[in-house]
This record gives sequence, C-alpha cells and structure tokens, in this order.
Amino acid sequence: MVLDTGDTAFIIICTAMVMLMTPGVGLFYGGMVRSKNIISMIAMSFIAFAIVSIQWVTIGYSLSFGHDISGFIGGLDYIGLTGVGMEGEGIPDMLFMMFQLVFAGITLAILTSGIAERVKLSSFIVLGLLWTTLVYDPLAHWAWGGGWAGELGALDFAGGTVVHISSGFGALALAIVIGKRSGFGKYSMEAENITTTLLGGSLLWFGWFAFNAGSALAANGLAVNALVVTNISAASGAITWMGASWIKGKPSSLGLISGAVAGLVAITPACGFVGPMSAIIIGGFAGLLCYGALLFRVRKGLDESLDAWAIHGMGGLWGALATGIFASAAIGGVDGLIYGNTHQFLIQLIDASAAILYAFVMTFIIAKIVDKVMGLRVTEEEEYVGLDISQHGESTTA
Amino acid sequence: MKTIKAIIRPEKLEDVKAALEEKGYFPMTVTQVKGRGAQKGICLQYRGKQIVVDMIPKTEIEMVVGDDDVRPIIKTIRASARTGKFGDGKIFVSPIELVAAIRNDDEIVSE
Repeated sequence: MVLDTGDTAFIIICTAMVMLMTPGVGLFYGGMVRSKNIISMIAMSFIAFAIVSIQWVTIGYSLSFGHDISGFIGGLDYIGLTGVGMEGEGIPDMLFMMFQLVFAGITLAILTSGIAERVKLSSFIVLGLLWTTLVYDPLAHWAWGGGWAGELGALDFAGGTVVHISSGFGALALAIVIGKRSGFGKYSMEAENITTTLLGGSLLWFGWFAFNAGSALAANGLAVNALVVTNISAASGAITWMGASWIKGKPSSLGLISGAVAGLVAITPACGFVGPMSAIIIGGFAGLLCYGALLFRVRKGLDESLDAWAIHGMGGLWGALATGIFASAAIGGVDGLIYGNTHQFLIQLIDASAAILYAFVMTFIIAKIVDKVMGLRVTEEEEYVGLDISQHGESTTA
Repeated sequence: MKTIKAIIRPEKLEDVKAALEEKGYFPMTVTQVKGRGAQKGICLQYRGKQIVVDMIPKTEIEMVVGDDDVRPIIKTIRASARTGKFGDGKIFVSPIELVAAIRNDDEIVSE
C-alpha cells in the first residue's frame, strides 16, 4: 500500500498529543502527593519518557513488533531500528514506531503511582527499564505485534490491556513490595495541590483523543468513532464518580477528574468497536467501579498511593470486558455479548486475566530483585524531608 | 495569662488539635514555619555526598491560656505530638500582659 499524506499528517499530530499525556500523568500525580514530593512525581514522568524513548528505539520496538516468537515476544529483527523505514501501509513504519513509543512512555509513568513519595530514583530507573522490557514489550506484542492474544481474536483498540491493565496491576505489585509510606494511615496524606492535578487531568483528557483516535492509524471514520466515544465515556465517568462522592459528602473536583480518567481508561480498548450509547454505559459504570475499587483499597489499608490500580487496573479490566459485551459489527467488524456473541466475551476474559496475572507476577518479581540488589526505598530521613530535596536537591517551598 | 508556643511536626497537627479539643481547648493560631534545632537540621548521606537540609518545615501552634491550663496543655501536646525521635519540637511558655478584643472593648489584664 502507498503512503497516505493525510494519514501521515494525522498520526504525526497524534504522536505529539499523546506525548503531552506523559507530563500530564506527572502533573496529575504531582498534585496528589504532599508538596515535598511534587517535583519528584513530575520528574519521574519525564524520566520514564526519556528512558523508554531510548529503550524503545534500541530494543523495545523490536521485542514488541519484530517477527513473532511462539506468540510471546517479538524477534530482534528491528533492533536499533534496522529495517524500519519510510515505507509502510498508509503511514511510514518509522512513524508507527514513534506513535507506539509514546504509548510505552506513558505506561511507565502511570506505574509511578505505586512507589510515590518513597522510591529511590536510581532504583526507579533500573526498575523502569526492566519493567518496560519484560512486561510492557511482551504485552504489546501479544495484542498488536502478532502475539497469541491478537491471534486469538482479543480486541484491544488503543491499549486497555497493554497500557492500563499492565500499569495498574503492576503498580499494585510495586506498592506491595516497596511497602507503605511511613505514617500511612496514621496521619493525613491528602492531595496538597489539586489545581495541579486538574491541569494534569485536562492534559490527559486532551491527549486521549489522539491516543484513541490515532490508534485507527488513519484519518478515517473509525478514528472519528473513537474520538466521539472517548469524549462520551470521559464525561459519563466524571458525572457518575462525582455523583457517587456527592452522596457520601461533597462532590470533590478530585473525584470528578478521577472519574473522567476512569471513563477514558475503560473506553480505550473499546473505542474502535462500540457506539456512542454504549460509551455512556461503559464510562458511567467505570466511574462507579473505580470509585468502589478506591474505597476498597483504602479499607484494606493498601498504600497503592495514587490509585493506578483502582483507576487504570480495574478500569482497564472493565474496559476489556465491556469491549466483549458492547462490540458492534457495524462499527469494528466484531459483535459482542449483547449481539449474542458469547465467544468474544470469553476471549476478552481470557486476555484480560492473562495480562493481569502476567503483569502482577512479573512486576512483583522484578521489584523484589531490584529491592534485593539496590534497595527500592529511600532511607527514613530522606522520605521524611521529601524526595524533592533528597533525590533532586530541589524544592518548591524554599 | 500565658502564651504557649508549640513547634511541632506538621504531620502531627491533626492529632494535637484533636487531643486539645477533647480536653476542651479550642482557640489557637497555627502557622507553617521552618527552622532547625540543636541537630542543625537533617544530614542526608547520598552516594557518599552529604546533603544538609538545615531548615525543616514545622508547624507552630500559639495559644493564650490561663495560668492553670498551662500544665495540662503541655501534657496533652507532649502526648499527642511525641515520636521519641529528634525533631519532635519544643514548647515555649511566656507571660501575657493584656488581651484586648477587637470586636468590642473587652480587655483582660493579667494580675
């Protein structure tokens, strides 16, 4: 197929918009930690993006999209971007590589939720490189690179499983290995800069249009469908989460923006397969489910600090299943449960379960190894004065 | 009349407030401050390099109370703000000459 200049222009713009989501995650998280750790939180997102950029062009892209090895991982044919050129189907291969890079980058940034306010920076860098190589790359290969999940027929349009289940359940495993923040449960660790979180959330909502519509890899009707349902689901999630928190007390803006992100996560795998009315249900239920998951997490005393598990993990799981429920052949060529296709629902269930298991167990093992070799946590005193000063020598309050 | 100035760990403020409320002591002025004690701040060892954090964030609680309330309040603050480590803070007590309200002309002069 020849290159299409319209598609190429569209994906270049989408790549840039998705890149903006990574600092968006940093700001979203940064506002939720205590002020002494806000620089650390934002910096970790930039660091994640930088190290994954290099990992991706050296080995990551090849492990994800190289020739299939037993359905599990890609071969080394594209190592160092060998053979990735300006030819391609509709868009240049090199652009496809770059579009996929920004997805890998944001996924590692989401993972920082589980280690917020207590991770040693050097250990995070090592952990991040291992995690992207051993968890993200295989999962991307399973879904999109010719791996077993794609072959089985599992639907993941823009990365509900690859990006959100992996980072959400990965963050849960990290939080368990690294342990609670000192003082967790004893005194307040409420969000200290909510305006920063809202700014981050708005960058996420904005970038998500490109994340989902761009995953059509062409400027066509499918991309428009993705764009429309993405916005519907975000709005629906924002409203239900806000509503649920209103019943319990005041409708917090933190709840509103968390609900929007929950809706965005849930529609991610589904956005090329479901219609607008299904998106209202998918986003709305995501808001309630993720809020419930957050309350459950707090009740259990788990310090998965910024709720990547509740929002990305559980939202991603719901999104994968919802794709199997609401998919319509008129939109993406595949029917779901409500059109009588039980088979598709089962495939989604298998795919999501495998991803949860793999992401959780592998992250747990990687974290344990890094912890044994170099120690994941900062010392008690470094944690007390905050990571801004102890890890970066900088402060927002000086 | 005495003024009690307690410099405590910021994360202990909620505990101290709750403990004082329980004993019936409500009026207070709270300020976020920075400072250091005899330990000259915290010295971090980072890769053999020393980073000294000499001004540490603290919270200051100021209360003006009757002479008989000083001891019970000190006891309450100690019980609720103590961790046993360096950096728990200090309490300073000094006399007050006059308390004058602004809303009306009420004045209390210390004996």
